[in-house]
Amino acid sequence: MNTQSLSPAARNGLVVLRLLIGWHFLYEGVIKMYSSTWTAKGYLLSASFLQPVFGWLASDTLIGFVDTANIVALMLVGVLLVLGFKSKWGCWVGIGLLVLYYLAHPQFPGLPQGPSEGSYWLVNKNLIEAAALFVLAQLTTDTYFGIARLFSTSKN
Amino acid sequence: MADDSIFSRLSRRDWLKGLAGVPILGSIWFAGASFAGKAKRERKALLETLNIKASPPPPTGPMSGDPIRVGIVGFGGRGEDLVRALGFPTQEWLEARKKDAAENPSDTRLKEYLQQENLNVKLTAVCDVFDVRADRALRSFNSNGNVCKRYRTHEELIASGEVDAIIIATPDHWHAPISIDAIKAGIHVYVEKPMTHNIAETYALRDAVRANPKAVLAVGHQHRQTQSFLTAQDAIAKNILGHVSLVVTATNRNDDNGAWQYDIHPEASPQTIDWERFLGSAPKAEFNKEHFFRWRKWWAYGSGLSGDLMTHDYDRINCILKMGIPKFITASGGIYTHRDGRNVPDVMQINMEFPDFTTGSSQEAGKEKGMTFVYSATLGNTFDRGTVLMGHDASMELGNAVTIYADWGSTRFKKMIDEGRVDPTVPVYQYDPSTNGTDAVTSATAKYFANKGLLWTYRDGKRVDSTFLHLREWLSCIRNGGKPSCGIDEGFEEAITAHMGGLSYKLGRRVEWDPVAEKIIALPGEDLDAILLANEEFVTSPAMKRS
Repeated sequence: MNTQSLSPAARNGLVVLRLLIGWHFLYEGVIKMYSSTWTAKGYLLSASFLQPVFGWLASDTLIGFVDTANIVALMLVGVLLVLGFKSKWGCWVGIGLLVLYYLAHPQFPGLPQGPSEGSYWLVNKNLIEAAALFVLAQLTTDTYFGIARLFSTSKN
Repeated sequence: MADDSIFSRLSRRDWLKGLAGVPILGSIWFAGASFAGKAKRERKALLETLNIKASPPPPTGPMSGDPIRVGIVGFGGRGEDLVRALGFPTQEWLEARKKDAAENPSDTRLKEYLQQENLNVKLTAVCDVFDVRADRALRSFNSNGNVCKRYRTHEELIASGEVDAIIIATPDHWHAPISIDAIKAGIHVYVEKPMTHNIAETYALRDAVRANPKAVLAVGHQHRQTQSFLTAQDAIAKNILGHVSLVVTATNRNDDNGAWQYDIHPEASPQTIDWERFLGSAPKAEFNKEHFFRWRKWWAYGSGLSGDLMTHDYDRINCILKMGIPKFITASGGIYTHRDGRNVPDVMQINMEFPDFTTGSSQEAGKEKGMTFVYSATLGNTFDRGTVLMGHDASMELGNAVTIYADWGSTRFKKMIDEGRVDPTVPVYQYDPSTNGTDAVTSATAKYFANKGLLWTYRDGKRVDSTFLHLREWLSCIRNGGKPSCGIDEGFEEAITAHMGGLSYKLGRRVEWDPVAEKIIALPGEDLDAILLANEEFVTSPAMKRS
């Protein structure tokens, strides 16, 4: 959707939101890429929901691919959102990742909550970030603030 | 040019807003790379400083050659486990696992079992005094080219000429008599723990083994095969922990099975059980089903917590520290959780003193020496207290993984703690045998996962049966030579320590070992074996006496 009709404050707000989420994804991806011992195995094996699926992803044959795919996807989302280029794609990839993270450890009553810095019931930060990405996927600001501006004529 | 036509229309504002993300991206990348790089360098430096060699036990030799003919004496619960690990599951077990796998596809126990290496043995003989158990063995093990015969007594089994080796999984009071007869006949022996039931036969069995060096005796402490123990040994050898002054181990159980309250078979009767044979050296008694199936509850046949379960923990620590028999033992306890007529305690604390032992020191010479090893057990609570070796510089948590925490008061790590490079609340070192991974300074989250045992799960086909490995080691010593990791000397130390624990509990005083004379010190007129095996009902309090 075109964001030209929004007030400057609203449009700038969307840009800030896009940059913050992109920042978060990119930093997570970079840290994981440079940490040789990082693996998603523990997170997947401790899944409190859909264990067969996450257990399968954590299996020896798949975990290497899953770890690499996770890092690449995190960094891709981060780069697209921070640079403002095809950020709509980045939003949908990001939503996919966050939904997987959420489903492995959903904040459903009765399920173990694991380590966390807050208290949650149904809603947690993964879900909120996914919802924010959904908004950003509808209201793209790449041609207003981002590399896409260089190739666009509309500057919306 | 086309490019010119696209970019020439761009204003300075367009360029700024178009490329503003690039420096942000660069900053984030730089920050992440330098932070992770610093953490990696610090971890590498710490691992190099610690220099712990993480390695699993060396593989045992080949299983080639003629099949070894094995007999099983005592085909109860543990006997079934042992021959199954040897490659001989009962039909009932196979059916049950097939059913489990059909109901739950993620139950891979059967699949893993069927993938187990063939140990190239024949199970040729079974000896059990209960017809039902012997028949079950004969039903299951006379197939696939294996011929298994029943013998009424272990003497007949040993004399049959049909066995090269035997596995003994009888009640404790039969361990030594059968082992001694077999060893004297040149038959190899794998005997369950505790190696013996009393003090005198501990010496007699050692004499028999020394006189017959060709027969290989292994004691069934399968924990010796724990993947992490060499790593733990190396950490001790490199004095990472500093002077270890206290070792704590524990047993925590809270169910009938854990308290030896086993099922009584409906077909048990004087007609199906050779009761006199079961009694053996035990005091004469009328036929009693409960005594037969729940023999661990009485000193007449079993050894209580000190012989049955403390021996596991003692041997695990002895395999790492090699501290030998304690100089003093003080034990206490009582029957506090299962007042069902048993006479062995179900809550027991055993304090073992090693006043001359040291693992090394990081402080001035002579300041530190001596260690206490506490074994603490209850059959009325399951809170997991773990196994911890506590040194001046660090503590080592010992399980399938080895986890080391620096100590706040450490001399060795003082500088690193002061500089914030080591945090005593998170592990300074972790060895996870399931991934062959080592790590230092793990995160709180990793610690949480590790504590839950998730980082070394064996779900993905890596689960290894330590009993299988222990049997394989014994068979390899028989075939290829070598010494079992838990042989007669280790078994002697285990058995004497267990008996000192039982004695201290019964005497209500400190029991002392004379390492020169190799004797437990008795007061004038004391018959220690008579005291250890005494079977009077143990009454713990006036209240109980009234009840």
